[in-house]
Amino acid sequence: MSYLDNILFALLLIIGFGYFFANIKKIRRNINLGIEIDRKDNPSARWKNMAMIALGQSKMVKRPVAGALHIVVYLGFIIINIELLEIIIDGLFGTHRVFAFLGATYDVLIASFEILAVLVLIAVSVFWIRRNVIKLKRFINKDLTGFPKNDANYILYFEVVLMTLFLLMNATDLHLQNVPGGFSHFIVAGSFPISQFIEPLFNGMSNELVMLIFEASWWLHIIGILIFMNYLYFSKHLHILLAFPNTYFADLNPQGQFDNLEAVTKEVKMMMDPNADPFAAAPAPAEGEVPAKFGASDIQDLNWVQLLNAYTCTECGRCTSSCPANITGKKLSPRKIMMDTRDRMEEVGRNIDANKGIFIPDNKTLLNDYITPEELWACTSCNACVEECPVNISPLSIIMDMRRYLVMEQSAAPMPLNAMMTNIENNGAPWQYNQQDRLNWKNEN
Amino acid sequence: MSENLIVPTMAEMLAQGKQPEVLFWVGCAGSFDDRAKKITKAFVRILNRANVPFAVLGTEESCTGDPAKRAGNEFLFQMQAMMNIEVLNAYEAKKIVTACPHCFNTLKNEYPELGGKYEVVHHTEFLKSLLDDGRLTIEGGQFKGKRITFHDPCYLGRANNVYEAPRELIQKLDAELVEMKRSRANGLCCGAGGAQMFKDAEPGNKEINVERTEDALDTEPEIIAAGCPFCNTMLTDGIKNKEKEGDVKVMDIAELIANAQDL
Repeated sequence: MSYLDNILFALLLIIGFGYFFANIKKIRRNINLGIEIDRKDNPSARWKNMAMIALGQSKMVKRPVAGALHIVVYLGFIIINIELLEIIIDGLFGTHRVFAFLGATYDVLIASFEILAVLVLIAVSVFWIRRNVIKLKRFINKDLTGFPKNDANYILYFEVVLMTLFLLMNATDLHLQNVPGGFSHFIVAGSFPISQFIEPLFNGMSNELVMLIFEASWWLHIIGILIFMNYLYFSKHLHILLAFPNTYFADLNPQGQFDNLEAVTKEVKMMMDPNADPFAAAPAPAEGEVPAKFGASDIQDLNWVQLLNAYTCTECGRCTSSCPANITGKKLSPRKIMMDTRDRMEEVGRNIDANKGIFIPDNKTLLNDYITPEELWACTSCNACVEECPVNISPLSIIMDMRRYLVMEQSAAPMPLNAMMTNIENNGAPWQYNQQDRLNWKNEN
Repeated sequence: MSENLIVPTMAEMLAQGKQPEVLFWVGCAGSFDDRAKKITKAFVRILNRANVPFAVLGTEESCTGDPAKRAGNEFLFQMQAMMNIEVLNAYEAKKIVTACPHCFNTLKNEYPELGGKYEVVHHTEFLKSLLDDGRLTIEGGQFKGKRITFHDPCYLGRANNVYEAPRELIQKLDAELVEMKRSRANGLCCGAGGAQMFKDAEPGNKEINVERTEDALDTEPEIIAAGCPFCNTMLTDGIKNKEKEGDVKVMDIAELIANAQDL
């Protein structure tokens, strides 16, 4: 017996995982382009969030149909991957069904994999119908065209192919197990509640042909999984991994609490200090110090959690479908904010790769080239998008940081807002009323 | 002056060497907007009735900075915040109540980091506590059996998870509380938040306040209850847009309670 198969298998694994980890490194690098913020406080609340929201899918079921179907696919993914362990051991060591010694437990395991595989096939079909036949609004929105639209369908096709190969593999195996007197290395093991109905298809075929189909399904299945794993990096499907860190590092403060910019606090305190010398020259900047930039015009101005958010987004569009601005026909789509952030981050990443690790300015920014001020100014800061996101992404925090840039760096607020702010500065109210008249209501009728 | 509202200021209290139980933060809308002033007065009438020792800052109050912050002007926000904090701290304010969810959110969540640490409650929460402590009794009066729907203000509900206090108060009026299809955490914004109140909406196919008013009208209410002066304005405009002013009223929870007691 030659070891060619095993060597080929090991090589496939090395290439598959090698390329995957190279891309994971790239994701890490890109996320770290963001500003550092501390999200390590209160670990118990963070673990709890991760357990409830990512592992427990608690926010998915807010929309019961999609939530239930998603749980089926999610459980299928996690549990069927136990089988993957056996496949890898078999592949590396040339064994066949190495866990068969578990006996009855093995039967239960294989049976549950099969049932889940069928449930996944059903769920995936419904998902496909929702996208392509029923055409739910959030799946045909104008921010979901081209690759993002196809991407979603490719993932569904992948799942169908993988599940079908898995069942085909079991059906052929069962057929060969049933050969009177045994055939080759096909020992009697496992219970096949689903593939037993596929097995009769092979009646009349030669055992050698059935074994060939088995071998082909077995190899295509594992190759398919490796391809799928590497497709993640290019697709919206990264959420299956990043949902976990994303929910862990999510903001724990009340949704209404927006961060206070520290750089601003310093300046305001200096301005209000009665002992400060108004004529003193500004202190000389330290060597290599860059003056603080207020707000965000590009991805490097966002914090790393916002960038992690962008990679985690799976473009489900629940945010956009609950956004009051989007519902009433405005350009703003919180999903597009996340997709744009990721696209720009990828572009900056490619720039860095092409220039030996250094970003060469490309005269583009997230603001204007991807996200327009019109979108940013349509937001009511109502937090519906944040509430809806099944994995605690905050499109709102990015919108706010970009508004800050528009106002504080570019003085580019819409005119009526400038008037409102002037009023606050001059008379302590957003309208033109004298502060001395604040208590007049007491004596009015 | 036809009515006797007792509205002491913090300065007057200090001069008498007294500290109020609670500081009533009136807010810009509550001070200047004609519609919101009615809410302010209704709330004061209840406070007077329940003999709550409260005080206002009066002319020493200034915008919390919320609309500036949401518009992106962090400088102006922090200037306002630090000036207000100086005033509040000088009076050693401990507990603040406000009828504006925007002031509420900003004072409660964004001031502590800048040195302003107070117990901040929304007026619906405060009224609820008066009721629980037996300092205030509510009878349905004219609202008994009326269909009332409650619009969750974003900055009270989603932003700070206050959903029950306003609802419990409505139920105390023996009114029939009906929920909109989008309510509580799923509530739809009235369209005023994030400084939108002070500018025109971006081009679209509908105004947000009209969309939200339709949600409310679907429940066939006699009254739409609000807990925010800005939501109140937006929904009142929405009702006008639908030409329903004759059938449906938009009222603040404080007004409902004050009116029910004929205050």
